[in-house]
Order: sequence, then C-alpha cells, then structure tokens
Amino acid sequence: MAQIHLEVVTPSGPVISDEVDIVTAPGVGGEFGVLANHAPFLSTIKTGTLSFKKDKQTKYLMVSGGFSEVSNNKITFLVESAEYGADIDVDRAMRAKERAEKRLAQAQQQADQINRARAEAALQRALARIRAAELDRQ
Amino acid sequence: MPGLKDVKTKIEGVSKTSQITKAMNMVASAKLRGAQEKMETFRPYAEKFAEAMRDLSGGMEGSNLELMEVREVKAVEIVVVTSDRGLCGSFNSNITTTAEKLMQKYEAEGKKVTFVSVGKKAAQAFRRSGKLRSQYNDIMGTFQMFNAREISQDITHQFVSGESDQVDLVYGKFHSVAVQRPEVEELLPIKPVEGGEEAAEAKEGVTGAYIYEPEPEEIMEVLLPLYLNVQVYHAMVEVSASEHAARMTAMDNATNACKDMIDELTQLYNKARQAAITGELMDIVGGAEALKG
Repeated sequence: MAQIHLEVVTPSGPVISDEVDIVTAPGVGGEFGVLANHAPFLSTIKTGTLSFKKDKQTKYLMVSGGFSEVSNNKITFLVESAEYGADIDVDRAMRAKERAEKRLAQAQQQADQINRARAEAALQRALARIRAAELDRQ
Repeated sequence: MPGLKDVKTKIEGVSKTSQITKAMNMVASAKLRGAQEKMETFRPYAEKFAEAMRDLSGGMEGSNLELMEVREVKAVEIVVVTSDRGLCGSFNSNITTTAEKLMQKYEAEGKKVTFVSVGKKAAQAFRRSGKLRSQYNDIMGTFQMFNAREISQDITHQFVSGESDQVDLVYGKFHSVAVQRPEVEELLPIKPVEGGEEAAEAKEGVTGAYIYEPEPEEIMEVLLPLYLNVQVYHAMVEVSASEHAARMTAMDNATNACKDMIDELTQLYNKARQAAITGELMDIVGGAEALKG
C-alpha cells in the first residue's frame, strides 16, 4: 500500500517523522482522513486527537491548536503541542479537566469572556488528552 | 605601606570572589547549552510557520483581519523582553536603553507609549515611569509556549480593543556567544510578508492549486494569533540564550579581573613583608651597634 510521509512539529521539537498508511486529524470543519497522494490541502486544526495507521497498528496523539499542510505526498502538522496517548498521565488530565470545569462555571457566572475562553480551551485540551489515552489503551 | 594582615585578608577575599565568578561562569555555560538546544528544537517549527505565513499572507492585503488592521497610530505599546537576573554585563541595560530611546522617539511624535515587561529587569527599569501596563516576572527560567500565549493574548486584547494601535517588541538577539544585540521588531499590526504572493504562485505552479479548509481568510484568523505566539516565544528563546552567553562573558571578565587583582595584591604583600624584614634587620643591626659602642 502506498504510504504518505507524516510529520508533526511542535515548538519543543518534532514529534514524528515517519511513513504511514493513513492519517486522521481533527480539522476545524470536522475530522478528515488523508491517504497517500492526496491533493494539496491546507486546513486548520483544533484541539483533539490525531491518529495514524502503520503496519496495521493505530496510534493516537493529542494535538492542540495549529494547522496542517498536504503537498507532495507529505502531510505536515504544525501544532502547539502533541503528545502520544501512551505517554499521557490520565490522572493528571482528569484533575486538569475538573479544574477547567470549575473555572468555566465561575467565568460563566461572572460573564468573564476572556477567562471563559481560556477555561474552555483548557477543558478541550484535558478532554483530548483523556480521549487519546483511552483510545490508545483499547 | 598597608599592614601585612590587611593585604592577606584582602587577597583571601578576592580569591573567594573569583571562585564564585568562576562557578557562575560554568553554570552559565551549562545553561547556555540548554538554551541553545531549546532554540534548535524550536527552529523547525518557526521556519515552517514562517513559510506558511508567506504563502498565505500575500493575498491578504486589504482584508478585514483584525490583527492586520492598520490604523492611525496614537498609542504604541512596547513589549520589552529581558532576563530575570542580573550579573550579565550590560546585556539588560542595552535592551532597556533601546526601549527607552524608542519611547522618546514615539513621544516626540506625540504618541502615547505603554510598556509590557517580560523578565524582572525590564519591570525594574520601567516600574517608576508609570507607563508599565503589565509585567511578567520570573518566567524566563522555565518558560514554555503557554507563557508566550498568555503574553500575546494580553497584547492582542489591547490592540483589538483599540487601546493600542501598534505593538513593538524589543529583545536581545543572540548572534553568537560573544555578540548579543538589542533588536526592535514590529509585532502588531501583522504585515503581509513581502513577495508572499509570488512565492505562493510559484508554489502553486509546482503543486497545483491548494484546497483550503476553511477559506484562506478564516485560516488566517486562526493562524495570526498563533504566529504572534511564535514571535513572542522566539524573542524569549533568544533572550534566554543571550542572557547566559552574556553572563558567561561577564563572569569570565570578572574572574580575570580577580586574577589580576590577586597578582597585584600578592606583589604588594611581598613588598610589605620585605619592608618589614628590612626594618627588623635594621633594628637588630642598630641594637648591636649600640651595645658595641
């Protein structure tokens, strides 16, 4: 099967650079899948789980905020953070989720737009972490 | 002629200082390696990002993206990035002087100036001016992307709400271990990259038209705040590497100065000791002569 080159780059260094079979990513307009020889494509990425398949094995990553570019049979993700599901500390993510929920409730009460947006973003990240870790364990 | 004991105490004191400066030099060189590594790991991200910005921003002139909005400049915000700690030569004061000159220039043009400080030294420099709008202290040691995000969200909020019409960034750029210079960059409004359109066209010629999802303008709406994060983070990485390099040089100079001082003091000590011996001899000889007589 033809493969596509997947690259995930974050500010703290590249996370993956590998040939894979298929990539599924959380685009802003919904989840999308990319196979080998995809047409040139540019999309923004929201916080969520990215998965790719290689040697019949699927791996999951949590990614947050960025964009992806497909060209010349290569897909590049530029995201602010990316973590393998297997490396995620679920307890910590759970605690972060609870904290974010509390802050969100507080911000909603006070009608504080900025803090509300921040708490929402933190909650999304925590949820994406938990999901990526769960998917990895299945 | 100073007393023998005084000179000896002074030599001991200076040699202890030189031990400290030598240790600080070694700590700085270890930290510089860490900071340079951080710079290296960040580079691919920054480069790819700049490339994408170049491709996309070409056609964005005249669009109504709020971060690219050019208005008449009445208020300028200057973001000053320095280190948290001193003892690194003139590194921090070079940055704050550059920022101050910039302020004077803007004020002469009748523009209102406010400061945002990143790093304690910048806060100390502008605290008393009454123009410091917000400060970020004690983050230069272990900063991460989310620190940069917090800062850029802060300045974006000011810009979008019309409190500032232009945002400048002043930081210490790392040229080499020996050279770090203050650098001024314009952060907001974000300007379309020059030659972007041609670059995008050339690229399209090679790979065919891109499919954008969502529309390019909406992509830019997401990308611009991220780009701002990248720029702030970049300045912080540069400053952190520069700080350690500057401290290395400063501590090396201090250690050398200590060595020179010890040499001088030792000479003084020997001279004083010799003088004392000569004096004692004179006394003995004088005494013996007196007994003979």
